[in-house]
Parts: sequence; structure tokens; C-alpha cells
Amino acid sequence: MTTISVALGLAYRQTRLLIKNPALFFPPMLFPLMNFLAFAGGLSRLRHVPGFDYSGGYTAFQFVFVLLQSACFGGVFTGFGIARDFEGGFGRRLLVSAPRRSGIIIGYALGALFRWVSVATLLTIVALLAHMQIGGSGIDLFGVYGLALIANVCGILWAGGIAFRFRTVQAGPLMQTPVFMVLFLAPVYVPLALLDGWIHTVASANPVTFVLAAGRSLLAGQPEDVAAGFGIAMASAVALAVWARLGLRRAEQAG
Amino acid sequence: MKFLLLRQIGEIARRSVVRTMRQPASVIAPLTFPLMLMAVNSNGLRSATHLPGFPTKHFLDFFLPFAFMQGALFAAATAGTDLARDVDTGFLNRLALTPMRGAALLLGQLGGAVAMGAIQAVVYLTVGLSFGVHFKSGLPGILLLLLLAVLMCFSWAAIGVWIALRAGSGEAVQSQFPLLFFLLFISSMNLPRNLIEVDWFRDAATANPVSYLIEALRSLVIVGWDIQALLLGFGFSIAISLIALGLAGRELKTRMART
Repeated sequence: MTTISVALGLAYRQTRLLIKNPALFFPPMLFPLMNFLAFAGGLSRLRHVPGFDYSGGYTAFQFVFVLLQSACFGGVFTGFGIARDFEGGFGRRLLVSAPRRSGIIIGYALGALFRWVSVATLLTIVALLAHMQIGGSGIDLFGVYGLALIANVCGILWAGGIAFRFRTVQAGPLMQTPVFMVLFLAPVYVPLALLDGWIHTVASANPVTFVLAAGRSLLAGQPEDVAAGFGIAMASAVALAVWARLGLRRAEQAG
Repeated sequence: MKFLLLRQIGEIARRSVVRTMRQPASVIAPLTFPLMLMAVNSNGLRSATHLPGFPTKHFLDFFLPFAFMQGALFAAATAGTDLARDVDTGFLNRLALTPMRGAALLLGQLGGAVAMGAIQAVVYLTVGLSFGVHFKSGLPGILLLLLLAVLMCFSWAAIGVWIALRAGSGEAVQSQFPLLFFLLFISSMNLPRNLIEVDWFRDAATANPVSYLIEALRSLVIVGWDIQALLLGFGFSIAISLIALGLAGRELKTRMART
């Protein structure tokens, strides 16, 4: 049994679980949609604030944030599933039956990917119905979704690392609160230049700011600091992969 | 008879308060999460005060009521989840064997959420005042805001109780939470309604009672004494309470069918 077969088997199970349990599937889908409607619909006047210089329109400005948010939380919600699996005993049986345990992380990541792809599809349809302006070419758009894909991987690796260490759903707030905070401490509503005070300082140092800026520039068709955005996203994914693998080792040691 | 009912309400309310305060998750999340969001959003959206027609120069003054409204949503989740657990564990069935009246159970069950609502309202207010929020309506306005905040917790907790009795499981109550949150999002929480640019969103916010609850609280901070806003806020709170309690009473009759 190879790593790939472990991963595919687990991904298949995760996907089936999601499809068969609408209660697990729909709430995480609703949150990004709600955010998108509330931000793009309710706050669009912010584009008239002096200094708001994003050329793609407010819907596109918010779309990139909500896409990244949905990607991260697609991973986090899968982390809840990992914790639930360990609480129910499935996690321990999985450790016993999977000879290549790195396949476990990949399997859950594939499950998270399926979850996010369905949310992203719906989100994109809603954004297009809301007449979102797309200034970027096909390659630029590929870049936007590529960044979100890496964010999804980061989300599952972070939440998985927590879930493997604590092995209980009660660790849920620990999985989602830091992700929530790091996302909302980026320039969510207006560009970085329009933030002031402590939030400007924090946002300037926040890695999500660079990823967000890269995604927004790609969607507007004016790529800027894309290498920095991808570099930071990839570096985060590598660091979190180590975090998740060490977490899995802790779960193995716990038996 | 009247005293007996009051005693029954008191007993259930005491149990509800003790149970709520014993669960760290029921206390910490409603206290911290709205404050975190308030800190982040009030700074992130501060540039909105540069929009022509924005009613104040201090966004925190404008945004403070959001915390109270979000706290009320947490009250709905707390009251609903607690009652759903009573349904799950059979406590409600055992209660049906006693002379406990339905009204006592419903009103008492809201005790924990209302007590938590009062605590969180004082905390949000203290944090707001310490960060420079200025009340145009003065001390009487602060007291009225606290009263309205607790009333809002009561009305939303009543909705939570209704959902719990209808669904009968904690998981179902939790899954309704995003829908309640949706009402908060599609409201005038971030911008005044007259500054909302998108027509459908402005119409939805106008039809949404949550907008009027937020605007009543907000009026005490940034306007002073806006009687119309206050009447609408209190009116909607009372109406939501009566409707939710009426619906919950109907569901309770089915749940506590005495043979």
C-alpha cells in the first residue's frame, strides 16, 4: 500500500462523508457567501473613500479576500473532521492500518481541496452574477486560484497539526481563531495605504497582506508583487507541512 | 397560583444561570469574539468616516452596537443549545412528570442567556468607554442602552429556544447559527442605510429588523435621543420576543405532551 493509495482512500471517505452530511457541508459554504454579500454589497461605497486606488472595482477587491478566506476555512473545517475522527476512534484505527502515514495528511488535504473547490465554484458564480470586473488574463486568474489553493493547503496543515496534537473537537477554537485573526488583520475592506494606527502596523507585517495584494493585483490585470505573494504562501505551506507532520508523530506516539 | 409560577420560573432560571456560567465556552466566546471583531473592524473600516454624509468622525462610536448585537446572537446559541441538551438527555421528559408549567420552563430557560447578556453588555460598554466612545445621550442613554441590550438578548435567546424545541438537537441549533448571523451581515451594521450603494442590499437591510435594533443602540451613542429609532428598536425587540415565545410555547406543548 503506497502513500498515494492511503491518501486516495482517505480522500474518498472524506468526500463521501461531506456529500452525505449536508449539516457538515453547507454551513462552511454559507459563511464565505455571507461575507461576500455583506462586504461586496454593503460596503461598496468604500471605493469612493479618497485614496481607494484599486482599479478592479469593489466586488473584485472583496472577492479575492473571500476566496482566500474560504480556502483557509475549507482547510480548518477539515481539521474539525480530523479531530472528530480521533475522538470517535477512527483516527487510531487509521494509524494502525495505514503503512504510509504521510498519506494520511495528503488524504485529508485532498478532502479539504474537494470541500474548497465546491465553495469556490459557488462563490465564483455568485461573483460573476454580481458583475465582478475581471481585468486579468487567464494566466492571471490561474494565479489567483493558485494562491487560494496554497491557502487551502495552509489551512488544512495548520488545523491538522492542532487536531493531531489535541485529538478532540474541543480544540476547534484553537484551529479557527488564529486563522480568523490573521485573515482579518490584513487589509480586508480598504487597501493597506488607507489603514492607519496599529492596524496599519500589524497589516504591514502580516503575510496574508502580501498574498491578498498579489491576488487582487492579478484579478485586476495589473500584477504587482506576485512573486512575494507566492513566495510567502509557499514558505508558509512548507513550514506548516512540518508542523502537521510533527503533529502526526505526536498522535502516533499517543497511540 | 401566581407565586407558584414565579417560583417555578425562579428555579429553572437559577439552574439555567448556573449551567451557563459553569461552561467556559458559553462565557468566553460571547465576551471575546465580539470584542475581537469590534477591534479589528472598527480600525479596518475607520476610513469610512471620510465618506460624505457619514454620521460621526469616530468609527468606534458607530460600530460599538455591533458587539451588543453579536452578543445577542450568542445568547440565541447558548439558550438553544442548553435546551436542546435537555431534550437530548430526557430532562424535558422528566420535567413533564412534574407540575412545572410550560411558561415557567420557557421564561426560566432564558435566565442563563439573559444573565450572560447583562454581563457581556457591561463588558462591551466598559471596553467601549475606555477606548473613548462618547455617548451623546449621556448617562441615562448608557442605562437605556444596557436595558435594550439585555432585552435583545432575551428576544434572540427566545428564538434559540424555539429552534431547539423545534429541532430537538444541539447540532441542529448550531447549524442554524449561520442563518442568524446572516441577518446580522445583511443589516446596517457596517454603514448607515443611506450610504449603502447597492440597491438590493439597502432594501434587504431596510426590511431586516436587525438594522433597527442596531440603529436604536447606535442612536444613543452618536445622535442623542432619537425617539423614532428607540421606539423601533424596543418595538422590534418586544415583537421578536412575543413571536418567538409564542412559537416556542406551541412547540413545547408537543414536546411536553402529558398523558
